[in-house]
Amino acid sequence: MTAPFPFSAIVGQDEMKLSMILTAIDPAIGGVLVFGDRGTGKSTAVRALAALLPPISVVRGCPVNSATTAEVPDWARGAGDTLVEVPTPVVDLPLGASEDRVTGALDIERALGAGERAFQPGLLARANRGYLYIDEVNLLEDHIVDLLLDVAQSGRNLVERDGLSITHPARFVLVGSGNPEEGELRPQLLDRFGLSVEVASPRDIDTRIEVIRRRDAYDNDHAAFMLRWQAEDAGVRARILTARGALRKLKTPDSAVRDVAALCLALGSDGLRGELTLLKAARAYAAWRNDTALTRSHIKTVSAMALRHRLRRDPLDEAGSGARVGRVVADVLG
Amino acid sequence: MPAWAALWPTSLAEAWDNALLALRLLAVDPGLGGLHLRARSGPVRDAMPLPVATRLHPAMGDDALFGGIDLTTTLATGRVHQQTGLLDHDGPLILTMAERCPPELAARLAMHLDAAPRCLILLDEGTDDEAPRAILTERVAFYADLSDVALNDLTPPTKGGTISATATITDAQVAQITTLAAACGIDSMRAPTFAIRAARALARLSGNDHVTDEHITVACGLVFVHRATQIPENTPEEAPADADPPPPDTAQAPDSDDDTTMPDIPDTMLLDAIRALIPDDLLDRLRATRSKAGRGAGSGAARRSNRRGRPLPSHRGKLDGNARIDVVATLRAAAPWQTIRRIETGRDGLHVRAGDIHVRRFQEHADRLLIFTVDASGSAAIARLAEAKGAVELLLAQAYGRRDHVALVSFRGSGAEILLPPTRSLVQTKRRLAALPGGGGTPLAAGLDTAAEVAAQARRRGMTPTICLLTDGRANIARDGSADRVRAQVDAQSAAQAMRTSGFDALIIDTGQRPSTQLRTLAQTLDAPYLAMPRADSARLASAVDAALAD
Repeated sequence: MTAPFPFSAIVGQDEMKLSMILTAIDPAIGGVLVFGDRGTGKSTAVRALAALLPPISVVRGCPVNSATTAEVPDWARGAGDTLVEVPTPVVDLPLGASEDRVTGALDIERALGAGERAFQPGLLARANRGYLYIDEVNLLEDHIVDLLLDVAQSGRNLVERDGLSITHPARFVLVGSGNPEEGELRPQLLDRFGLSVEVASPRDIDTRIEVIRRRDAYDNDHAAFMLRWQAEDAGVRARILTARGALRKLKTPDSAVRDVAALCLALGSDGLRGELTLLKAARAYAAWRNDTALTRSHIKTVSAMALRHRLRRDPLDEAGSGARVGRVVADVLG
Repeated sequence: MPAWAALWPTSLAEAWDNALLALRLLAVDPGLGGLHLRARSGPVRDAMPLPVATRLHPAMGDDALFGGIDLTTTLATGRVHQQTGLLDHDGPLILTMAERCPPELAARLAMHLDAAPRCLILLDEGTDDEAPRAILTERVAFYADLSDVALNDLTPPTKGGTISATATITDAQVAQITTLAAACGIDSMRAPTFAIRAARALARLSGNDHVTDEHITVACGLVFVHRATQIPENTPEEAPADADPPPPDTAQAPDSDDDTTMPDIPDTMLLDAIRALIPDDLLDRLRATRSKAGRGAGSGAARRSNRRGRPLPSHRGKLDGNARIDVVATLRAAAPWQTIRRIETGRDGLHVRAGDIHVRRFQEHADRLLIFTVDASGSAAIARLAEAKGAVELLLAQAYGRRDHVALVSFRGSGAEILLPPTRSLVQTKRRLAALPGGGGTPLAAGLDTAAEVAAQARRRGMTPTICLLTDGRANIARDGSADRVRAQVDAQSAAQAMRTSGFDALIIDTGQRPSTQLRTLAQTLDAPYLAMPRADSARLASAVDAALAD
């Protein structure tokens, strides 16, 4: 497999790129949903994301990427006691994956061979402390969705079957992409995504030409192209690390919290999850900008992506929920 | 997509030659994704020199495709045996009966193609409007429709020639191709990428080391024609002059023998103007509002499906009398536990527990029927009949996208007639619609009655009908044909009442000069969303929509 298309070489689609960077700065924001037409670079961006993420340190051989030896689950075999740096895992959850494959199941080899009850970890275990990517998330089978909802909520995966009782941490950033024409997403799952962005093909002819040029260079002049853009990616990665540091020192004035609350109240978004996500996203954005305090402009920038999927659906509003958020932001924050 | 291909017919022999050329290009550069070959199985398709490839079938299981544990050998030997999946084999892939490919498989194949580009040939035997999933057709560069190619038309495939290692393309040419793609109304950025690859492959095929303008013309013809959503009339000025001639295939379209399709395309300007006014996903919204209304048809009358259910992966479950057990899946789930259970119970033989039981599931799917009921009377509607037609065309495109059936009823003068019984043929509907004359009185009640009749018939055949009424609501012909405005209104109300009792879904689009209160009352009676089709005044639309929602 060749190296994926570099993240920084993606032309335009700033909102999508920003949303992914924000989750890399603060994974607690809770994932990104990318909705858009075909051929707009959704999956390209997600696959490029892996190269952008700073490595994490894990216990060697641990199936759930534990950070310390104390956290290695008791059922795990082959986990060493040294720490190694590995790239942040980005795990694909393919449509049609069986429940066993997602949650993990009985280890067939050991069950048949030794008659032992052993657990073989699934995709959720591999995605712990990393990203779980679902392409065509709106086509995902209902029973897998139920399962994900539960795990995403609790951060733990529980497998209970025939005397096999396993639990392990499964904290991951959920990234979904899909084409809204193919089907709607269940509101419960929608709510689990912290940010939501809508992508469209660029309308401007010069931008389009630039997209095609870069793609052509990637296909035909691979080495030079990767050399040029991997350097850019490294720059973004360094900036993400800096932002993680800055996030801890960032000041959140009361007025900003008040702004966030007023905004969510005016929009009538359900629950408090909107406020929390908006605040986290705005803080991550301020850190990304390397500012020292959270201001109104940060909130304005990220409000659409944090709130657009939390509004009550107005089936006949033509402009779409992004524009509605924009209007209310202009009203409330001036 | 085939709908547009029908609007721009290539000559028949050309379709064959294009397919041959596409296969040669794919041999040169598998990164072109593949070929969508629409043809019934037969001598013509057999004559197509398809490459040696791994053949896939839509009903294949994951184990066969992606590999996994070979359960038979594993159980026999007591040691784990992995088997390789078909996708692990190198070389091109052929997906037979691609139109039956379920979305899960399509999505996984697409993911596979994204990870490692290889040639995929979609053999599509669909009739009319069946087609492979867009997620797959999007990822293959070429399309050829051989359904009308006769054996006589076939030309032998060209062979040999020197293939150059690389071909260069200039920046101006890249810009040209991208501009043309935009002018054809192609949103996806994959199309111009494919066209550039195709142009390079063409150049290499002819032994050149650079791409010439002729290569570009041919490449764009091969990649863009079936993807285009509009006819590139005015190529933007910044494009060089030679980008101007659209691919030769398109240029011939107007004077080709299939003359009926062309006039049906309304003026693009008009269409665009209307597109701006009609919400893109009107049908989705319709569906959403319907479900919210919670007006259940009560119990009873189990909905029959007129298609067979699509089998879904079986699922762990309880046998409750309705469910059918999936024996293979159950045994599969039980197999790994056999040794453990044997040790625990000390009993030989097969150990199947309740937790192993898998039940079969099918997805039933009732087809939806959209009954367009168009007011073609001489009142105000005539002034806006063209716009109403444009609106129906847009809704048709949406209906087509979701495989709905459509029927067309028109009312004018003294009565209503069924212009088109339920069909899935887009071309036929467009033709009838274009030929729809206007003038005469407004027998609204008769129109509603006829629509309800069509709806009732469709329901008996297992479809879910929705009536889409386009009128200005100024009824002036009563049910008995007399010109009595008051009675006409009363009749229309009672027709709507009857429709509501039957529980048919409806949608009312007001085509009048200004929103009509009578029509809004009618919409209330029908419990139907009411939407005014205003000129260019979105504020009025918004207020009309608000009013409709307030009900």
